[in-house]
Amino acid sequence: MSIFKQMITGGLKEASSGSRAYHIWMGSLTLIMLIGVFCYYVQLDKGLIVTGMSDRVSWGLYISNFTFLVGVAAAAVMLVLPAYIFQDMDFSKAVLIGEGLAVSALVMCLSFVIVDLGGPQDAWHMLTSSFNFPNSMLSWDVIVLNGYLFINITIPLYILAMRFQGKVPDKRIYIPGVMISVLWALGIHLVTAFLYQGLPARPYWNTALLGPRFLASAFAGGPALIIIVLSVIRNYSDYSIEDKTIRKIALIVTGAAQINLIMLFSEIFKEFYFPTHHAESAIYLFFGLKGHNALVPWLWTSVVLNVLATLMLSLHRTRNNFRLLYFACGLLFFAIWIEKGFGLIIPGFIPGPWGKIVEYTPTGIEIGVTLGIWALGCFLFTVLARVGIAIETGRLRSRST
Amino acid sequence: MNNTVNSQKMKKNKFQSFLSGSKNQNDSKEAENKKDGYSQVMEKKDGRRGALKKLTLGLMAGSGLASSCNPLKGDKSLKKAELNWEEFFKGNYKLMTDKEKQATVKRLVTRYEEKTGDHLNMSCSNAESNVLFGYAFNISKCRGYMDCVNACVKENNQDRASEMQYIRIHEIQDGKGLNFEEADDNYYHEIPAAGHFYLGTQCFHCDNPPCVEVCPVEATWKEKDGLVVVDYDWCIGCRYCMAACPYDGRRFNWATPQVSQKEVNKNQHYLGNRLRAKGVMEKCTFCIQRSRAGKNPACVDACPTGARIFGNLLDPNSEIRWILENKKVFRLKEELGTEPKFWYYMD
Repeated sequence: MSIFKQMITGGLKEASSGSRAYHIWMGSLTLIMLIGVFCYYVQLDKGLIVTGMSDRVSWGLYISNFTFLVGVAAAAVMLVLPAYIFQDMDFSKAVLIGEGLAVSALVMCLSFVIVDLGGPQDAWHMLTSSFNFPNSMLSWDVIVLNGYLFINITIPLYILAMRFQGKVPDKRIYIPGVMISVLWALGIHLVTAFLYQGLPARPYWNTALLGPRFLASAFAGGPALIIIVLSVIRNYSDYSIEDKTIRKIALIVTGAAQINLIMLFSEIFKEFYFPTHHAESAIYLFFGLKGHNALVPWLWTSVVLNVLATLMLSLHRTRNNFRLLYFACGLLFFAIWIEKGFGLIIPGFIPGPWGKIVEYTPTGIEIGVTLGIWALGCFLFTVLARVGIAIETGRLRSRST
Repeated sequence: MNNTVNSQKMKKNKFQSFLSGSKNQNDSKEAENKKDGYSQVMEKKDGRRGALKKLTLGLMAGSGLASSCNPLKGDKSLKKAELNWEEFFKGNYKLMTDKEKQATVKRLVTRYEEKTGDHLNMSCSNAESNVLFGYAFNISKCRGYMDCVNACVKENNQDRASEMQYIRIHEIQDGKGLNFEEADDNYYHEIPAAGHFYLGTQCFHCDNPPCVEVCPVEATWKEKDGLVVVDYDWCIGCRYCMAACPYDGRRFNWATPQVSQKEVNKNQHYLGNRLRAKGVMEKCTFCIQRSRAGKNPACVDACPTGARIFGNLLDPNSEIRWILENKKVFRLKEELGTEPKFWYYMD
């Protein structure tokens, strides 16, 4: 136990000291979180009426961000596979960062679900025998997300605890865990897709391509974020990450982005070659319906950025230029955030079951809570990465060694 | 104390059904399921039961002690705190025994009376055997008067602030068929408008309800008489059911519902028109407080044209059965396999 105590005190010390820029970064994140807490307090007090959601569009920014971040969490761990299985030790550095990212993304996911609940004080009802498993896909999601969180906390914790004591982590202990987490990563994303895919009431979501497309876009967006994060870590810490690592991740991003575009094209073909009643959501999303077109500029921004980023990634010359690579990854991440976020959730509700169109615009309170949760994720990741790096580089060690 | 008595009873039930053989397997499962909130948690695994029970008793004693130590707080506030505590930690109504149902209804009535000084009738009547409720809507007769909508709002204590309505009346142009996309369900002009016909939608109480399937906490379910109901105190407000309903049958309380004291309908049912809190789902229950007392839903009685027919599908002499057997009836979005118990027909 004293090892963990030392790790926590050492970690806290590490996380609470740093350069001026670091303090400004953490300070502004704290400020945004506090604003988020205030906005959530208003929402708890008044009810979800303070959001832009309504009976017609009953899920909004919260569930959009939740859906997108499940992808980030799943993709982060898919980097584990080549690192551990193919003994590519260089890659394992990226993995530690990836798992930290997965934990932060999962905490954000769970927070987004909780702030979306009308009665968060009653969430304990899920712990009773009324828990509707296996019928409800939401109960599946609760299980897989919490299980995934558990796995992704324990594996890095074990590895770091061993390194902290100057020991070599035992492969027989963590490799099985790693294998489970890789399969589990596929699971969390498919289950989240099935949450929407299984609803015949919403033809826009009720397509067999949704699950695979979730995977493809996740493996583009998630590693793209990791590349950006690694570039920041490379520049601002003593943790060395080789060019080779970033190049490999860039290849994963490129492949996934290409597959994602093919699937997007297939969906566009199906919706618009012979448009039926069921294509109305897609028409709303791409071109607007009966004068309602709030999502059209967003969607086209996403498509253009998606195509541009995929092109930049596909050309060797641009992909191998790191500045352009970071830029392309940023574009791709933003494009997928739109596409897999509100570009997916909102059109599912438009038009409504009887053809009524009511548009959705998030309110300031909703945006405040959302930014607060993003700040929470960034804060958590910064702490995890800092402590993880300090242990990995040997700066932080147990006193007994 | 109650918990132990109940769990003993449960064991007895289980034992009896074990003796009487496998055909009672469902009953025993039901008995097993009929547990209070604490026991739903605690009795999942026998080993945890004792420890958790002690923990809860400890917490209860602790909270009781805390308030009894305060000399300013009287006996009344202690009782109030106890009542609120029991209400918060009660179980899912779907799994309650009749005794537990009566207990929660009693608590809710007491709470309302203490808060307002008004009297309240709240029923927790169960489904009767050989009853399956169904509904038929005569498109030829509806003239769009909306009396059904108003009666429904009054009967079911719906939020006046957001003008929540369970029923939507769609005004559709003649010759367009059932064109919902171009229909107007928010008209404000003299009716019936020339060249138009009217059609009402509400919860169809599907026999295969997708909303029930998706609820993560079984806060919504189909009763034995076919009514799809919500336990407003068990709902966590995730709105998955709302996304799953193909018929726009559900309404959410985005804010605390507002019904003025003198307008509250005080003849209530736990699963029906009792007052709701913010953040929970609600819907048409075919006026469970009326239909289980042998009356028609408010919308049926309010309709001036006789377009709405309600009755027991299992009674061969009922009017609804006559319509199903003698009219060309149809249902909406039948291809989804939801099996609505709500039919349309024309004269």
